[in-house]
Amino acid sequence: MLSELQLMLNDPLMQRALIAALLVGAAAPIVGTYLVQRKLSLLGDGIGHIALTGVALGWLIGSMMNLRPHDILTVPGAVVTAVIGSVLIEVVRRRGRTSGDLALALMFYGGVAGGVLIIGIAGGTSGNLMAYLFGSISTVSTTDLWLTVVLSLIILAVGIGLRAALFAVSHDEEFAIASGMPVWALNMAVAVVSALTVTVAMRVVGLLLVSALMIVPVAVAQQLTHSFRRTMAVASLVGVVVCVVGLTITYWHNVSPGATIVVLAIVVYLAASLFRPLSHRRQALADRDPHPDIPDDLCVPGVDGGAPVGSAAAAGAAAAVVDGAVVDGAPTHRGEECA
Amino acid sequence: MSAPSPTAADAVTRADAVIRAEGVHVRLGTSHVLRGVDLTVRRGEVVALLGANGSGKSTLVRTLVGVLSPASGKVTMPDAARVGYVPQRVSAAGGIPATAAEVVASGLLRPGRLRLPRGWRAQVTEALDQVGLADRAAAVTNHLSGGQQQRVLIARALVRKPDILVLDEPVAGVDHPSQEQFAATMSALVDTGLTVLVVLHELGELAPLVTRAVDHDHVHPHPATDLAPLAGESGFEGLEDATAALTDHPLS
Repeated sequence: MLSELQLMLNDPLMQRALIAALLVGAAAPIVGTYLVQRKLSLLGDGIGHIALTGVALGWLIGSMMNLRPHDILTVPGAVVTAVIGSVLIEVVRRRGRTSGDLALALMFYGGVAGGVLIIGIAGGTSGNLMAYLFGSISTVSTTDLWLTVVLSLIILAVGIGLRAALFAVSHDEEFAIASGMPVWALNMAVAVVSALTVTVAMRVVGLLLVSALMIVPVAVAQQLTHSFRRTMAVASLVGVVVCVVGLTITYWHNVSPGATIVVLAIVVYLAASLFRPLSHRRQALADRDPHPDIPDDLCVPGVDGGAPVGSAAAAGAAAAVVDGAVVDGAPTHRGEECA
Repeated sequence: MSAPSPTAADAVTRADAVIRAEGVHVRLGTSHVLRGVDLTVRRGEVVALLGANGSGKSTLVRTLVGVLSPASGKVTMPDAARVGYVPQRVSAAGGIPATAAEVVASGLLRPGRLRLPRGWRAQVTEALDQVGLADRAAAVTNHLSGGQQQRVLIARALVRKPDILVLDEPVAGVDHPSQEQFAATMSALVDTGLTVLVVLHELGELAPLVTRAVDHDHVHPHPATDLAPLAGESGFEGLEDATAALTDHPLS
């Protein structure tokens, strides 16, 4: 087993793939954390669709210029198109609400249709797009790897370096505006970094599963943590683990790396959601009582002549008591006021 | 206050103003919500902006802090003046849980400072302490009560060391004990000389603190009205129209 692992680590193909998986696994959930916070979990999917047109455009330009190999421009094409697409989405999101939804749908479907159409014009078939739709990490070249490294470092620098500012803008945009922060630029930064993440993760899990790698680790982390910073850190860790483990599995078993990684992430999510009730039940009550200093004993006027109600359970018939709050009646909190 | 003439006294007023709106018109979509509003808040004042729901109070405040842009007229503040804006409660349904300390820390950011400064934790703890929540720094905001969430947002504004604290309906939908606690918190802050502009449905618990009440509602003029234009029409649209236009009063 150990020697087999050593064999895997000595394989240059596998080395490149592992480095790419490690970087993408770390970076994608960091961007995903902002998207989940903004309730834009599906943005990655949208950008992925648009990037497909970019892949085909890169292919077209490559074959028109007789470049060898003629798919050499597919990743740069995807990067450029995804960035333009995500900036357009952000502009549309900013402008309006009702028309924006429709505009997004048009862009998504246009992205797929455009990709299939253009790849045909370029002399390829939609089969050529499969590697981009479902990932092709085993074919990562040295050039690809460099691009992945540079883009991942940009994503990590922005996502971690600007965490406080991006959190502020994502959490409460109006407060950020009132504070004089460059909200427009920060929103654009999120859009551009999302686009870069999609194109970088395209090689690892494929455009159709990119969003899963950005979002599922965040969903796992949410089960386990109670702060924004920790959610981001745990999500990134989960991303690294599922990417590296998933890729390692495919070294021995002939299955799709992208699909393996995503299924693994979902298994981790299920495990976390089963584990969570066990670990949190004991703490939950103490944590969620917003007023631990105020006694839960209530007295409800008109019940038992206004005598303090001994416990929440005893008060059940008169008033529903939820964590020190009362749904009905006009209770007072302090026993002594109930003489 | 009588309408000031452009004299030396006016210049003093200008120098003293922490925030000043002059002839502000605001349109939301097709409706003309604010029609020529003048309002000045001077250093050390505690100004209450009163009026019925839907009369455009929130619109005015959001224009003053820069969230909305006036169609005409202008809002001026001294250079580098810091605004501590406390919006009506942010929906608790944020995608990712955040701790009170994380939310308050975002108040430390400003133009040219997109990263938290050194020693931010101490400043955040101090601000939470000012609103009586020092022991809840690590609590998830979604698990706090409504009144506590409100105080976290006040702490986020206070941590900026603001020149003016602007609060939009801070006690709307907050239970009575929390309102009393809020009034006590505000009282301690006002004692430190803080300038405050607060939007209220009614003065309530804050009455003793308020140095000037400005009525925003021409239907029920308030004795302390100084909202110009005093001559002619009120600066605010009829209640019905404005109510239809404004949807940012979920509690109305």
